[in-house]
Amino acid sequence: MKQLTFEIKTNEQIAKNVYRMQLSGDTTGIIPGQFVNIRVEGQFLRRPISVCNVEQPLNNTTQPLNHATPLLTIIYKVVGVGTEAMSRLPIGTQLDVLTVLGNGYDLSKSGDKPLLVGGGVGVPPMYMLARQLREMGKAVRVILGFNTKEEVFYEEEFRALGCDVTVTTVDGSHGTKGFVTNALDGKQSYYYTCGPLPMIKALIQAAGTNGEVSMEERMGCGFGACMGCTIQTTQGPKRVCKEGPVFPAEILQL
Amino acid sequence: MNDKLQISLSGITLANPIIPASGTYGFGDEFAELYDINCLGGISFKGTTREARYGNPLPRIAECGNYGMINAVGLQNPGVEHVIAHELPRLKSHYNGCIVANVSGFSVQDYVETCALLDKEPIDILEVNISCPNVHNGGMAFGTSPEAAAEVTAAVKAVTTKPVYMKLSPNVTDIVAIAKACEAAGADGLCLINTVLGMRIDIRRRRPVIANRYGGYSGAGIFPLALRMVNQVARATSLPIIGCGGVSNAEDVIEMMMAGATAVEIGAANLTNPMVAKEIIDRLPTLMDELKIEKLTDIIGIVNHE
Repeated sequence: MKQLTFEIKTNEQIAKNVYRMQLSGDTTGIIPGQFVNIRVEGQFLRRPISVCNVEQPLNNTTQPLNHATPLLTIIYKVVGVGTEAMSRLPIGTQLDVLTVLGNGYDLSKSGDKPLLVGGGVGVPPMYMLARQLREMGKAVRVILGFNTKEEVFYEEEFRALGCDVTVTTVDGSHGTKGFVTNALDGKQSYYYTCGPLPMIKALIQAAGTNGEVSMEERMGCGFGACMGCTIQTTQGPKRVCKEGPVFPAEILQL
Repeated sequence: MNDKLQISLSGITLANPIIPASGTYGFGDEFAELYDINCLGGISFKGTTREARYGNPLPRIAECGNYGMINAVGLQNPGVEHVIAHELPRLKSHYNGCIVANVSGFSVQDYVETCALLDKEPIDILEVNISCPNVHNGGMAFGTSPEAAAEVTAAVKAVTTKPVYMKLSPNVTDIVAIAKACEAAGADGLCLINTVLGMRIDIRRRRPVIANRYGGYSGAGIFPLALRMVNQVARATSLPIIGCGGVSNAEDVIEMMMAGATAVEIGAANLTNPMVAKEIIDRLPTLMDELKIEKLTDIIGIVNHE
């Protein structure tokens, strides 16, 4: 864990109730599947948000966001007063951020044909994971699940990484109609997922336990001190914020 | 070390009065990633019970605006034997200050057995929690009647040579009566207050936020209540008091000590700003200069000296 100051470089809506924020600051040590915990003025507890991407400094004026310091990208959904306040923060705001939190995904387990399944705001952590797996030369298949067309984001961004992308919407307004499980082909070497609990349960039922799941729970501190987010597993109690948020599917008791 | 900050609890010298409160600091491991925890006067480690406990179902946490939070963790811990075998030696290996062992139970026998086991260990103070609001048939049940509080106090005193500090609940009609009962039963000191029983409702889902329905409210919002109770107890007993409840900054520490506390625990604030305990310790000397306080021991209970 590190406590650092980041500066907001962009903060914009990218889908219904979903915002992307890019922050400049020290991103050293962050791996895919980890999260940051952000102090929001007026709220007692911090807001834990998964890391969508980290980028090294660019000095290329053809890039839309020319930055001399590393950039941290987070994507968050407005679900309450805290995230609503975040969505109104102007560019230039300095944020108190706890970073390098949680364990992250184990990329060494991916095999040659990893499958990444993201549902809703479970999609963002899949992006940095997909990017690094592509850099390792893996054939990455991505399934992104949303309720409806207005909520879809990052479809093209994943394609730009060279991933085989399938988008599902529950109402069929975009991509394949149905749930992420409707798009499974059973050919993956391993899977990585993050999303709502019903999706995770359905995925494990359909695809087995040869994969890793990022769990979400209400947190107090986000760094292992308060025991507020502990889940029961076949290997005993585990703190989602510390031993997790990523767990092997086979130890979960959902 | 700054001698101006030194205080003493039952003959044990603490470099300063700042002690992270049990349940907000684990065994210090997470905070040691950010700063040298040897700056702390003491550490009250995670509440320990005779047997391992998973605790309450999730969600266990609810926010209360800018003023605090509710928790219903329910004493998740690996059990006293595991703590003695693993967590305590680890803490001892990188921390030299005062170790406060926080203990909870579901029967008098539980408290007795846990304290007897810890009596042989390198801990400095036993903090006996008779005030956990998040467990049934135990915890707070012992802290809500003077008779039960006295029974636990006497039973624990009989099996240990360590100083015994009883941690009191604010969820009572008369905290002074309970404090006096602990004093009469032989307590060496008191720690107050534990969290205040509270509730939040998710108005969209029309159900309590906390799975256990109620939980313990802590954070800046309870500071005035904690301060009042520390002051009432300080005026009614002669025991040293560890003041606790909503302390968020160095000013709060001074206020708590002026009310009658000898040492001060920092609770929920650790969870929102993991650096807060160190920041308070660093700030105290400057604040003392501003307030013309020569040494902290001079101000303990100063508002009671009329």
